[in-house]
Amino acid sequence: MWAFIHKLGSPKWFYAISARLTPWFWAAAAVLLVVGSVWGLAFAPSDYQQGNSFRIIYVHVPAAILAQSCFAALAVAGGIYLIWKIKLADMAAAVIAPFGAAMTFVALFSGAVWGVPTWGTWWVWDARLTSMLIQLFLYFGVIALRGAFASRDSGAKAASVLALVGVVNIPIIKYSVEWWNTLHQPATFTLTERPAMPADMWLPLLVMVLGFYCFFIALTLTRTRSEILRRESAKRWVRDLADGHAGGRR
Amino acid sequence: MAFESLTALLAMGGHAPYVWSAWGVAAALLIVSVAHARAERRQLIRELQRRNRRERNLSERETDER
Repeated sequence: MWAFIHKLGSPKWFYAISARLTPWFWAAAAVLLVVGSVWGLAFAPSDYQQGNSFRIIYVHVPAAILAQSCFAALAVAGGIYLIWKIKLADMAAAVIAPFGAAMTFVALFSGAVWGVPTWGTWWVWDARLTSMLIQLFLYFGVIALRGAFASRDSGAKAASVLALVGVVNIPIIKYSVEWWNTLHQPATFTLTERPAMPADMWLPLLVMVLGFYCFFIALTLTRTRSEILRRESAKRWVRDLADGHAGGRR
Repeated sequence: MAFESLTALLAMGGHAPYVWSAWGVAAALLIVSVAHARAERRQLIRELQRRNRRERNLSERETDER
């Protein structure tokens, strides 16, 4: 078990194994996102109350789910880095944070735009929206802290601590629609119940969520590999590897 | 199809500005993420190759001088 974790934490081993996995995740993401988009935009029935503005759900919900998942991943990576000093965990954290911030922005923007025809306002200071805005600022904090120190290790540690502290916001976001009165509707997907919408509405949403997850995994693998090249550039195996590439492609 | 025609799809039953701006921002950020990741990887590999070449030239020159 420990040998396995150690192996997993080795950049060289990770670089080799991720080379084989990454293309599959990119392919899966492309297929799922194209199918989900066409299905959601053109084939899913329009909502009887909201009409076609409801189609925003197909980017809003996946982005919001990813925003939470990325932050949880940041906290896990931060914990691993602080406890076991595994550099690979910090490399992953460094590339996950900007994507998580982007997803949080997409969730907030699409939600605001959706709010105009549905609620008659693009913003209300209610629990769900406000806690999500705090999430965006937490991402900014994690990204800024990483770059705010002269030594990479200090920045990485500070960012890890903020990620671990900031993870408290995740359950607040999740339960905000239950704890407080809010305009925001409750979760579409739960583990215990069937969605309250018909299958031809939630199936494309499920496809989009899976597509966003595959995209996130593919992007994280690709960029962590780049991060390895950047930080381990003095290592023999990294330099040999660069020579094996023709003209800097793939 | 939930729409009669392509025009109807684009019009989104009067909700076009909302639907397409939300989808547009999401698509743009995903595309930018992919493009950035590709460019970053290519640039890093090119940098490593340049450094390898420089060091090889340097060591060749040293042997020539000896």
